[in-house]
Amino acid sequence: MYVYDAFDRRLLAERVAEFRDQVARRLSGELTEEEFKPLRLMNGVYLQLHAYMLRIAIPYGTLSTLQLRKLAEIARKYDRGYGHFTTRQNIQFHWIKLAELPDAMAELASVGMHGMQTSGNNVRNITTDQWAGVAPDEIEDPRIWAELIRQHVTLHPEFSFMPRKFKIALGASSRDRAALRIHDMALRLHRNAAGETGFEVMVGGGLGRTPYLAQTIKPFLPKRDVLSYVEAVLRTYNQFGRRDNIWKARIKILVHDLGAEAFAKEVEAEWQGIKDGALALDPAMVAEIASRFRYPDYEKLDDSPPQLAKARRDDRGFDTWMANCVANHKVPGYAVVTLSLKPQGGTPGDCTAVQMDKLADFADRYSFGEIRVGHEQNLALPHVAQRDLPALWRELDAIGLAQTNVNLITDIISCPGLDYCSLANARSIPIAQEITQRFRDLDIQRDLGRLHINISGCINACGHHHVGHIGILGVEKNGEEFYQITLGGKADENATLGTLIGPAVPYAQVADVVEDIAAAYLELRQPPQELFIDTVKRLGVEPFRERVYAAR
Amino acid sequence: MTSPLDQKKIKIAGPVVITANRVDDGAVVYRSPDGRWTTELGAAAVAIDADSARALAEAAAEDDLNAIGPYIAPVSVLPGGHVRPGNLRELIRLGGPTIELPTPLDS
Ligand code: SF4
Repeated sequence: MYVYDAFDRRLLAERVAEFRDQVARRLSGELTEEEFKPLRLMNGVYLQLHAYMLRIAIPYGTLSTLQLRKLAEIARKYDRGYGHFTTRQNIQFHWIKLAELPDAMAELASVGMHGMQTSGNNVRNITTDQWAGVAPDEIEDPRIWAELIRQHVTLHPEFSFMPRKFKIALGASSRDRAALRIHDMALRLHRNAAGETGFEVMVGGGLGRTPYLAQTIKPFLPKRDVLSYVEAVLRTYNQFGRRDNIWKARIKILVHDLGAEAFAKEVEAEWQGIKDGALALDPAMVAEIASRFRYPDYEKLDDSPPQLAKARRDDRGFDTWMANCVANHKVPGYAVVTLSLKPQGGTPGDCTAVQMDKLADFADRYSFGEIRVGHEQNLALPHVAQRDLPALWRELDAIGLAQTNVNLITDIISCPGLDYCSLANARSIPIAQEITQRFRDLDIQRDLGRLHINISGCINACGHHHVGHIGILGVEKNGEEFYQITLGGKADENATLGTLIGPAVPYAQVADVVEDIAAAYLELRQPPQELFIDTVKRLGVEPFRERVYAAR
Repeated sequence: MTSPLDQKKIKIAGPVVITANRVDDGAVVYRSPDGRWTTELGAAAVAIDADSARALAEAAAEDDLNAIGPYIAPVSVLPGGHVRPGNLRELIRLGGPTIELPTPLDS
């Protein structure tokens, strides 16, 4: 866990006081909506279809039980008893009242949380692999670097009014669990041929109307230079990014128009002037940040204790959960447990206050008081002793958080869509719900294997549909909801954008189409168990297209 | 969201109302004939021609203290005078999400 210092706490307290004053002035009529809107947005307060929405950052997806209990309290006191985890390690409350927002924010600030830079044309919440610090394949904890960058760009005046928003993600493993290449900028820690650790820098990724994958502009950046290089990228974007057309304002357009090489040259020129200045990192300062990440006092345990194997033999439900939801930990005798927020017929990413409170209790008892939030809209307990897994499973099952569908077809990533969002063209959540009903048989899900469905309610692509194995995008045609289907996208270390299979289909047919695609896959896959995504890669979308449209 | 001030050339194809979000809590509200805001669509002022729609929208836009982003939204008027939202978005704004919300007691 990262421990806030006095400076962080003062900054948040001042911000809450400022916002309290702004809200009072808005409610008294002293501020017009036009004047107030940019101020509320700077604090993560949006207006959606039915109510205000507060978006709260969960930096690098790490939550303490104190924070999770506070989120539960906010859900109960100021909202409707639940929150919604997004695809960017944020949580949203969808029913919050303007007059109560300052109090809610003050409570959040008491546990070091806020909505700053969860909206607006600044550097948004910096995300990482949700298994940071525990993944066996990681070379070091990327959160230390995320935190350094977070501190540097928070309320940085030069980066508070950029051409458009700017999203940064970090990873430190060979496996990409942070969807690096769909970010404006991504930093991947790796070792070079000399065995030194540094960053691969990628820029210009993003989905939306014009989807691009980020391109590598610097294969190896020494760690001491990370702040100055990030600064050089932001400055270059700030200077050359388009401000005349909102659809062309993201850095992806600039990188594409200039070409990655030319963009890299501009960054390099900027960087040369600043790399040895104040932003060159002093190892003592990095060590100071690192020292504020507290790691658990792990016991010395062996992997695979005998009682675990017995519990797996004795209970098929537990065995399946182990297979789908439990991953290896870098410390022997421990495991990382993913908690699916994708119940059958439920809303992807929603979590009730009751669940949050119970989960906080479990995290205290089984996971050293820590919870993680992933971009797949699931949660994780990052440090569970393997011997405790059977007991944890029984407790999770009792509150509906032992769903075994992690990475399966019903583990759907979905934006809120037209049920909440004022920008939406079509609904997302009911589509996800219908698909989870159709594929409720876990044996069928397991037979289909790893398969990611991503749904967005409009071209803004908050549900990352372009990188879903099956991507579903809501569009509007003559006042009716239609959905475009793409296949073959993925957001991992081999990120790919999906291919459209044909004309959009109406709302009522989407789940049928997904069933057709799944059936085609089962016929086409090569034994043994070629993954869906590999079958699409091998054959292209044509056989799926034929199957889907033959009957329509 | 389109502000009525952006809806310069108002063309309407049928009955419309002026709708916005309430400042206090963001709730969906409709402009009523007496120049106030109501959460009841049935109590909204219905315009059937562009001039009266524009007049309603302009008056609504003045009331920034109570409502955010007023705009013209289509409705249908059933025989007997019952007013219904004119499209899916407006239906969801009036009726709330089409999905079941988690209840606080859910576990
Ligand atoms: S993708 Fe569109 S509909 Fe979905 S949350 Fe984003 S803006 Fe709203």
